[in-house]
Amino acid sequence: MVFDPHVAVIRFGMGLSPHHAVPESVNALLEELTGPDHMASAHIIPPFDAAEPSLFTQSVVYRARHQARGTTDFDAAEARVKDMQKETTAAQENNVRATYGRAVDSTFGMRERLVAFWADHFTVVAVGGNRRHLVSAYIEEAIRPHIAGRFEDMLRAVETHPMMLIYLQQVASVGPGSTIGQRRNRGLNENLAREMLELHTLGVGSPYTQQDVRELAEMLAGVTWTAADGQFFDPKRAEPGQETVLGVAYPAEASMETIHTVLRDLAAHPATAQHIARKLAQHFVADQPDPELVAAIAAVYLESQGDLSACYAAMLNHPSAWWPEAQKVRQPFDFIVACTRALGLRGRDLASLTTQDYRRLLFNPLRVMGQSWQNPTGPDGWPDRAEDWIIPQTMAGRVTWAIGAPRRLMDPLPDPREVVHWALGPSADPAVVFAAGAAETRHDGIGVVFASAAFNRR
Amino acid sequence: MDRRSFLSRSLALGCTAAASPLVTPVAFASGPWENRLVVIILRGGMDGLDVVRPVGDPDFAALRSPATDGEPPFGTGFYAFHPALAPLAPLWADGSFGAVHAVSTPYRDKRSHFDGQDILEAGTGGVNARRTDGWLNRMLHTVPGLSADTAYAIGQEQMLILEGDAATARWSPEARLQISAQARRLLDVVTHDDPLFRSAMDQAVAITDQLKGDAEAIESITENMMGDSMMASVAGGQHTKLVEFAVTRLLSDTRIASFSLNGWDTHQDQHRSMPRVLSNLSDVILMLRAGLGPVWEKTAILCLTEFGRTARQNGTRGTDHGTGGAVLYAGGALRGGQVNGAWPGLQEADLYARRDLMPMGDVRATAGHVMQSLFGFNREIIEGSIFPGLQMADGPGIVL
Repeated sequence: MVFDPHVAVIRFGMGLSPHHAVPESVNALLEELTGPDHMASAHIIPPFDAAEPSLFTQSVVYRARHQARGTTDFDAAEARVKDMQKETTAAQENNVRATYGRAVDSTFGMRERLVAFWADHFTVVAVGGNRRHLVSAYIEEAIRPHIAGRFEDMLRAVETHPMMLIYLQQVASVGPGSTIGQRRNRGLNENLAREMLELHTLGVGSPYTQQDVRELAEMLAGVTWTAADGQFFDPKRAEPGQETVLGVAYPAEASMETIHTVLRDLAAHPATAQHIARKLAQHFVADQPDPELVAAIAAVYLESQGDLSACYAAMLNHPSAWWPEAQKVRQPFDFIVACTRALGLRGRDLASLTTQDYRRLLFNPLRVMGQSWQNPTGPDGWPDRAEDWIIPQTMAGRVTWAIGAPRRLMDPLPDPREVVHWALGPSADPAVVFAAGAAETRHDGIGVVFASAAFNRR
Repeated sequence: MDRRSFLSRSLALGCTAAASPLVTPVAFASGPWENRLVVIILRGGMDGLDVVRPVGDPDFAALRSPATDGEPPFGTGFYAFHPALAPLAPLWADGSFGAVHAVSTPYRDKRSHFDGQDILEAGTGGVNARRTDGWLNRMLHTVPGLSADTAYAIGQEQMLILEGDAATARWSPEARLQISAQARRLLDVVTHDDPLFRSAMDQAVAITDQLKGDAEAIESITENMMGDSMMASVAGGQHTKLVEFAVTRLLSDTRIASFSLNGWDTHQDQHRSMPRVLSNLSDVILMLRAGLGPVWEKTAILCLTEFGRTARQNGTRGTDHGTGGAVLYAGGALRGGQVNGAWPGLQEADLYARRDLMPMGDVRATAGHVMQSLFGFNREIIEGSIFPGLQMADGPGIVL
């Protein structure tokens, strides 16, 4: 079980393409991560602090409409709200196209895979209002810059990010004994504290208790956000008194500094190392990963104090990572990207689609395949096992896309007998090669290649 | 199972699409049962104390903000139902809607949605007894010779409750599959050696074939359902499509259907979010009743959730993850018009971990009694195979 350049792009990247080289070594894959982020500048996604309409803009526009009720200014204020809703939709469309563009144009695509992995690990869903475009903005700001850095830095960026504070309702949590808690009879909301332990750091099977959740929620009480002031630590909301989380007592006087300290401690916890190592191996290598692979990544995580590049290197240098049999299934977004790459299309071909075609070919099909854009049902993100993705209804979605979409993306279609090799590389499954040549039409031939088990596995 | 055996089993039971005119469904029913069971998973943790309010408990008022959302539409005196369930008042009155209170799965303490849902659907004794199959599947597995479409998991998500060794069908109303005959043969070739893909592909083809015959029937069912003026949101939301599809299947060969409704994780401003999800749920129940027509009398609907919520309202006008909660049920095959279950009380010492409603019964026992009554399973099968380790005790008197 040794490094294989085609397996590298299929399993750890975005899929083979006639336009892109394959990596010569593990180091070549890793260098794409630590080198300059060409894709970010080629396909722009405005980060949260620059994305419009921002939450501040929105608060101003909504307030204006509220104040205009019953006055002659109301129609204009209402029109501004409507415009803003259109801007949100357009901004989301830009972000979706850019995310596709990066995945299609990147040489190997491991960076794009890791961004998606961490965005899923730290899932934020846009609930209510005009926030649909701000999930990508959050990922651009809090996740993407940190994927090859230290886990602790990503953790800090994510857990104090306005989108996370809003999604897991930290903005509403108040220490019951704090000034504001006493005056307004308000109290804690445990949501962020619980998911931080259960999903983001230690993992649900590890030894934390309800008491740890509670005390962490008390510690976090001062962390808040408003549209006008952004994210900040508000001592008037902070719960007085000392808190103990996982046996560590933190200073009674809470501040952003104590929050950073507890996040650092959570990041350094051995259970976190184990949790992150297992998730990485499970996402990239196998639904039931080799325990030795997981142990190797976890050991490097602890030794390197959560250096994620070192963890990826540990994974890629482990023989289990190169098991020839493909054990994972491409998730729907990756499936569409891999088809697009195998057809020899580029990001600019997707960018030139009309809005109607973008919806029909890139956005809506994700839902039919079971992965509505940035909309998993909960903070645990998308499932990660083959049998979660390949069920009759979503399989029908893949087949329908495989046969119907390519001819709407390019005309004329390439020869399926060539596409099968672009898609599967030198060790193409003979049954798929046969089927590609036996189809009556080009679109059916390409369709059966893309719908094949061999292509959907990685 | 491959498509051939899927189809041949269906044929053996006389249920090709052409032979199942939905207007006379009962005459063509498959399997040993006429009764229908619909299990709705309420994901997020429904707050049983808000949906079925123990207003007669002297300690309740202190735990929650005073209700300002209107008169309770129905109840028992001790219990008052949430005003958003008002459209179900006729069902309460005719005995086809009710609740079981202060119950839970055996899951305790960690209060994770995801573990909680897995345990609810697996039907096991707790995290240490995890299984990868679901209790509805194990129930089917005890009956030999059922066709796959006896049980349907509906929607885009995986439903663990129906996963397992027994063949079941899965589909989502928005899925389509139109392919040429030759492409279909080639798809067999390219999925043949991978059991996961082969089975999904075969079922997708078999189900779409079957559905083609049902298109007209679906239209008339939809008309019936939409004719019910009690529904809060008549226009077709996602849940409407789920129910339409469920009804067409249940009027055909399907006896068991399961799907989920999301949005019950009410940490904040519960007075705003709860009415929305409850009116979705009441729509679903009313649409099932309107769509199923006479079959409603043979139908049991169980609405189950992974856990209840904290007894005390939290600091953000919501509730956090808790333990004991309520089961809602409906259908002509059950005895409604009542709130079943023993009441633990709400003084601090009565609460589980001084925080949550104390569970007095096991959700699985409720489901077990329904299966016993609807499908005739004996207690040994239920306590041995379907819910290993469960002690059912005396039935919650919700069965007829």
